[in-house]
Amino acid sequence: MIANGLYDFIYGIALWILQVVAWFFNNILAWFSVGAWFVSPGVVEFLTTLLVALVVFIVGFLVSITFIWEERKILGRLMDRRGTQVGFLGLFQNFADGLKTFIKEHIIPDEVDKQLFNLAPVLLIAMSCFMICLIPIGPDFFMANLNSGLLLVFAVFSLAPFAILMAGWASNNKYTVMGGMRAAAQLIAYEVPILLSVAAVVVLVGSFNFMEIVSFQQDNTWLIVPLFIGALVFFISAIAEVERIPFDLPEAEAELVEGWMTEYGGFRWGLIMLSEYVRGFAACGVLVLLFLGGWAGPDFIWPEVWFLIKMFMVFALFIWVRGALMRVTTKQILGLGWTKLMPLALINLGIAIALKMGGWL
Amino acid sequence: MAEMWLNMGPQHPMTHGLWNLRVKVDGETMTEAEPVIGYLHRGWEKITENRKYPQIIPMADRLCYGASMSWSHLYCLTIEDLMEIEVPERAKWIRTIVLEAQRIGSHLMWLAALGTDLGSYTVFLYPVRERELFLDLMQNLCGARMTYNYPRIGGVRNDVPANFERDFTRVLNHFEKRLSDYEALCDQSTVFRMRMEDVGYLSPEKAKNLGVTGPNLRGSGVDYDVRRDDPYEMYDQVDWKVCVEKSCDAYARYRVKMDEMRESCNIIRQCIKKMKPGAIRVKPPRTAPKGKTGWAHVEDPRGEGFMYVIGNGDERPYRLKVRSPIFVTVSAAPEMLVGYKIADVPAIMGSVDMCLGETDR
Amino acid sequence: MERIGLAPGGKTGDVLAQDIAQRFQQGVTVTKSTHNRLYAKVDKSVLVSLCTYMRDGLDFEHVTSVSGVDWLEEKKMQVVYHITSYANKVTAELVVDLPRDKPEVDSITFLWGGANWHERETWDMFGIVFVGHPKLVRLLNPDGTEVFPFRKDFVSGRRV
Repeated sequence: MIANGLYDFIYGIALWILQVVAWFFNNILAWFSVGAWFVSPGVVEFLTTLLVALVVFIVGFLVSITFIWEERKILGRLMDRRGTQVGFLGLFQNFADGLKTFIKEHIIPDEVDKQLFNLAPVLLIAMSCFMICLIPIGPDFFMANLNSGLLLVFAVFSLAPFAILMAGWASNNKYTVMGGMRAAAQLIAYEVPILLSVAAVVVLVGSFNFMEIVSFQQDNTWLIVPLFIGALVFFISAIAEVERIPFDLPEAEAELVEGWMTEYGGFRWGLIMLSEYVRGFAACGVLVLLFLGGWAGPDFIWPEVWFLIKMFMVFALFIWVRGALMRVTTKQILGLGWTKLMPLALINLGIAIALKMGGWL
Repeated sequence: MAEMWLNMGPQHPMTHGLWNLRVKVDGETMTEAEPVIGYLHRGWEKITENRKYPQIIPMADRLCYGASMSWSHLYCLTIEDLMEIEVPERAKWIRTIVLEAQRIGSHLMWLAALGTDLGSYTVFLYPVRERELFLDLMQNLCGARMTYNYPRIGGVRNDVPANFERDFTRVLNHFEKRLSDYEALCDQSTVFRMRMEDVGYLSPEKAKNLGVTGPNLRGSGVDYDVRRDDPYEMYDQVDWKVCVEKSCDAYARYRVKMDEMRESCNIIRQCIKKMKPGAIRVKPPRTAPKGKTGWAHVEDPRGEGFMYVIGNGDERPYRLKVRSPIFVTVSAAPEMLVGYKIADVPAIMGSVDMCLGETDR
Repeated sequence: MERIGLAPGGKTGDVLAQDIAQRFQQGVTVTKSTHNRLYAKVDKSVLVSLCTYMRDGLDFEHVTSVSGVDWLEEKKMQVVYHITSYANKVTAELVVDLPRDKPEVDSITFLWGGANWHERETWDMFGIVFVGHPKLVRLLNPDGTEVFPFRKDFVSGRRV
């Protein structure tokens, strides 16, 4: 666990909490060994890790929910309407929706495969939330900063087709099976361009560690400048991976009702919807980290706030694309991914290699 | 995957109206298609046998509630042919204006539905916003927004309100600018063209033989429009052109309807200039002799509408037959669908402009 | 009145009426014709040959409507065809009388696909059998209906 500012801050809090507990055990119950155990370094570190994870998770979660708010407002304005108005500026709408979804009845059709049916949304939201903890929001604000952080994020990102296929098949419904297969085909097809553009970044920086990528960009230039094509390919592929319009054929309302999530209602549906936005958070976060300099910015605002501002702006672009374009069919999606985005990503990789070998970066 | 029959409907977000499209799919390709209608059958023709002639006018509005003025006007034309009544000139001018405004409103509703089918909610909301202006104009004229009950046997119900020309001219000027916006939003969008071009091919010979009429026929290159070739009302006194496209696919049908909206604006402007003051209604006889027949056909926004009436000697018709254009186009749908993928169904059926009210009657 | 849009070489309704009357001396009686309309009473035995001639020789490409009429007191049923010619801009109305206890007539679906659902609906509502129709099953009424609702002796509310 690499120490960072958040860790140190929470360490102090955890130590204080455990000292209170230890005081209780020492002075009230006179169990001195138990009291000492509570303030031993191992326990404090454990509690700190837990609390850091909680804090990072809550922040990431709230940011994802704010993404939903941003989408509703901006999409509304694009369509010449105001978007949600509940609460101050519409910010309470998502909590109202969450509460409504939480108290709904759990309806499970009779003929589904119960274990897989219940497992699929759990898997989806678990993977999405796992990614929140891997993405650092600032130099002092992250849960874990692994040396292979970037690789792990994409590994977890790519687990989605499993859960989707599981969901589609377990629902015992012709529509959902077709939706699940389409979704899996689309997600797998678009992972190749994403990973190729990520590979170009790694070639230039030389490491999978997010901290090093950001400090490289702070030292040299934001990687969007030399790797512009790569950023574009990443942007388009990210929209496809998060299953947004124009690439939302798997959940195409007009033909397949809700696609692979047709049979999910109530809270399970809420979890799936949330996981889509958390994946959007992860995709935007990685884009900002890799191409837009992460938290680099002038010093008068905290770096975490810079990061969030950049994420919101990237997501606003996602929303703009959604507002203006129409859904693309499966044949066209796969064609776009394999025949247009992959060659561009390869060209981008070539540029990165050339820059590295030439010594310019 | 083996071939299976898929039911798209009757409960389905895409199908505008209540009908069922059974397609036999081999993987994603459709090998057969069979439309199943009748869910909205109200026995309209049988009910009319027990109503007096003027009582049927509001019933005719409800035949196709999306283009209701067109149907009540068609009914009045039929009865005027039965009773050999000559409608005064000012009533004909007003009817022409109102029919063309109804055509624009109906086509805007079609464009909105096409937008939802293709996945772009922006293309849904913009035409609906424009349609509100036309509905306001109709409300000024006859008090109703949807089922107007405005034509009468022998003329129209009331004369135009004050500021009629000013309101219409304002709306038309505003609308023509906006129409250019919609054309830019759709025509210049590669995604839209990718989805609509080369799908739903219907050759001209097949279109003529299968009884397809209206914009669907003109999208296949056949130059026939009831307004020009069998003129009624004041269409032969106005200088306008028939919109024909040659490419026979869904995109051609879309372009025909967009051009028709412009031509309707043109026709309305000329009518407003040429309108003269005068009587707006003549008093028709109450009864028609037994066995006497009459019929009329018009260019409904969706195709050739036709009604055939037989008198009963008293105030009620003996038989009133309605031919709806979409009834026949839906029977020709398998011709347009076979060989394409399921993802193309919304594009193809959306370009055809279904309205179930007139199909099932 | 000057016909706008009359196709070059197109024939008016009067010319077509003379042509038909001359060719089908028995079985077809032309009751009225104007420059763009043609009304005829047709015997059911010559219906198919008349329609074939109209489609191939006179350029009638489009069936506008096929409707049934139930004349209960006169003990007959009628089928009324409206067929349009795009080339000549003429619409023809053909009336065929059928006996009410055995209403059968040849189907013209093989000539014009547009008549398919019209004939099916006429059977569904009146019980007039179109011999040779590819699929004469219920269209608007629910499957399994055993009555013909548009007949004049139908008591509404009945299903069987």
